[in-house]
Amino acid sequence: MKISQKVFPFFCNLNIKFILQLNHFKGDDIFKLVSALVASSIFLLLGLMVYELVKGSWLSIQTFGLNFIVGTKWDPAVSKVFGALPLILGTLVTSAIALLIGIPISLGVGLALSEYMPKKFGLAVSFLVELLAAVPSVIYGLWGIFVLIPFLRNHVYPYLQTAFGFIPIFSGPIYGGGVLTGGIVLAIMIIPTVSAVMRDVFLTVPNSQREAMIALGATKWETTKTVISYARSGVIGAIILGLGRAVGETMAITMVIGNKFQVWPSSLFDAWYTMAAIIANELLEATYDLYISALINVGLVLLFVALIINILARLIVWRTLRFTRGIARE
Amino acid sequence: MKTTYKVAITIAIIALVVASAFAYQYLENSATAQKVTLNGAGSTFIFPLVDKWAAEYHKIKPNVQINYQGIGSGGGIQQHIEKTVYFAGTDAPLTAAQAAKAPNTLHIPITIGGVVVIYNLPGIGKGLKFTGEILAEIYLGKITKWNDARLAAINPGISLPDQPITVVHRSDGSGTTFIWTSFLSDFSPEWKETVGRGTSVNWPTGIGGKGSDGVTALVQQTPYSIGYVEFTYAMVNNLTYGYVQNAAGEFIEPSIESIAKAAQYAAVTLPRGDASWSNVSIVDSLANNTQAHGAYPITSFSYIIVYKELNVLPNMNEATAKALVDFLWWAVHDGQNYAPGLYYVPLPSNVVANDEQTIRMITFNGQQLHK
Repeated sequence: MKISQKVFPFFCNLNIKFILQLNHFKGDDIFKLVSALVASSIFLLLGLMVYELVKGSWLSIQTFGLNFIVGTKWDPAVSKVFGALPLILGTLVTSAIALLIGIPISLGVGLALSEYMPKKFGLAVSFLVELLAAVPSVIYGLWGIFVLIPFLRNHVYPYLQTAFGFIPIFSGPIYGGGVLTGGIVLAIMIIPTVSAVMRDVFLTVPNSQREAMIALGATKWETTKTVISYARSGVIGAIILGLGRAVGETMAITMVIGNKFQVWPSSLFDAWYTMAAIIANELLEATYDLYISALINVGLVLLFVALIINILARLIVWRTLRFTRGIARE
Repeated sequence: MKTTYKVAITIAIIALVVASAFAYQYLENSATAQKVTLNGAGSTFIFPLVDKWAAEYHKIKPNVQINYQGIGSGGGIQQHIEKTVYFAGTDAPLTAAQAAKAPNTLHIPITIGGVVVIYNLPGIGKGLKFTGEILAEIYLGKITKWNDARLAAINPGISLPDQPITVVHRSDGSGTTFIWTSFLSDFSPEWKETVGRGTSVNWPTGIGGKGSDGVTALVQQTPYSIGYVEFTYAMVNNLTYGYVQNAAGEFIEPSIESIAKAAQYAAVTLPRGDASWSNVSIVDSLANNTQAHGAYPITSFSYIIVYKELNVLPNMNEATAKALVDFLWWAVHDGQNYAPGLYYVPLPSNVVANDEQTIRMITFNGQQLHK
């Protein structure tokens, strides 16, 4: 009893004092401070990440230097030489394939949901799309191994080869898993996120834009083009988000790409390797310091590759935007 | 006035909840004062066996909880070096460099693993014969067709197809790959010089599957492919496997008996538990043993490693140390009875004798724990 009698007024006083102080300082100032702190923690986080990665890969950087990036050999057992060029190329190419397949589909889904479908149906579909985005990547990987790979190998790739076999990228042996399969799985994985973001972006386009176009006698398709153009920065944001996921994707890609360390595959059906995949594959059983350091170095390179393609994507986007805006003005 | 009343009630409720939580914890602690948790981590290969042991041992000693995480041998060794686990499981003995970081480590062979050749040849069942040289040539990309003359010569009566061989290997670092590449190194000088042995190597050819299930899926889905997986995995999943020639010249079917026999031959020259084990390899010792009749050549021990003096571990006390030693003693004796049911190979008696000696070396503050 005694304690509670003492403690209770203490708490009350504290509360009242705190609330008074809040009023005095104004909530806005506090909120500004808090959000500034939270925002700057991103810099801190990135800085710490780079620091840790550089520290971990220091041995590898000292040993191989820039040769790590242009090296084409990964030999943990005999010569203990590590080079990441094939991994960098594999990551870039599979991500590019994923975007090539994924962007048109996502754009279509986004437009259908926001512009063309009845509202209720659109809601139901977008709920399902968002559900797909929550499926863990290992599930996509398993599905890739047991459903997609047999299907592609038996029912798609042979026909692709008979039709386009004269082009080198469609020749060569078909394993099922490989570069194209990896790209397809990545595309399937990025479509939910990208199309959900695109739909939201299109929905934010004010109706006055659409009404103005229709008033000018534009067709539905012409109106839709205006909507895309109005929402382009959001569309680009969605694509970059998808690219980010494709570049960093680990579990699913390693399960379907075939994990073959080579500079360039003989065809789209051949196996390859990515940066994230080799880290997931080999880090647990890496047995000596230089080996572990080389794998962390791959992580560092992956971070920079992601950074560079993000910057490049932004630059390309800005240039095309300026270009299309110029046309629109004419 | 009304608000103060509400606040008072809220605080009273919170206080009650906190108090009951403390009380619960106090009661729980006093009720299970003797409760001991043995933390271990490492090899995924031995995980199903240790998991079974944990359940069975808990029935005998309800106060002992065994918590083993299958994080991979490399991770297990790392945690052993950092002293964050009481025991670690590994498929390969410590290398000299690792042993230097974890002095006074004891090696206890706990079970035996084999690596089997699996293949997908429509119309051809188990029992295709292979030699170390031929397997090395296939994995080097030098033998590229199934109807190669060397393969046909040791498989009379089987019509091998004129089809290219799709080579499948593990893409993730693994003890299975270590055993496999050790075997290939022993039988092919070229393999030894260009690819070598390791948990991951620079594969000259083939595609990589993640984990045993990844390799199996690739082999089962790809006609005319070849791969390798652990013996237990091949048995449980009923895979089509081949026979492999040993140094005595016999083609041996992988089985619990032939793998146990291999360990038995190798155990003749096992070092003391506290000596260096970095060179212990059943594969290597069998590669030169032309008298090892009936022994399956691609065989290896899996180990549990512990510190000889347990007081080097933080949070270790005498009761926990004693419980750990009792469990290890049980695992190498009664625990072995659970092995065949899970397609693990029980230790032959001469290995058990070696383990007994090793477990007797374990001390806490200088006191021998098993007498």
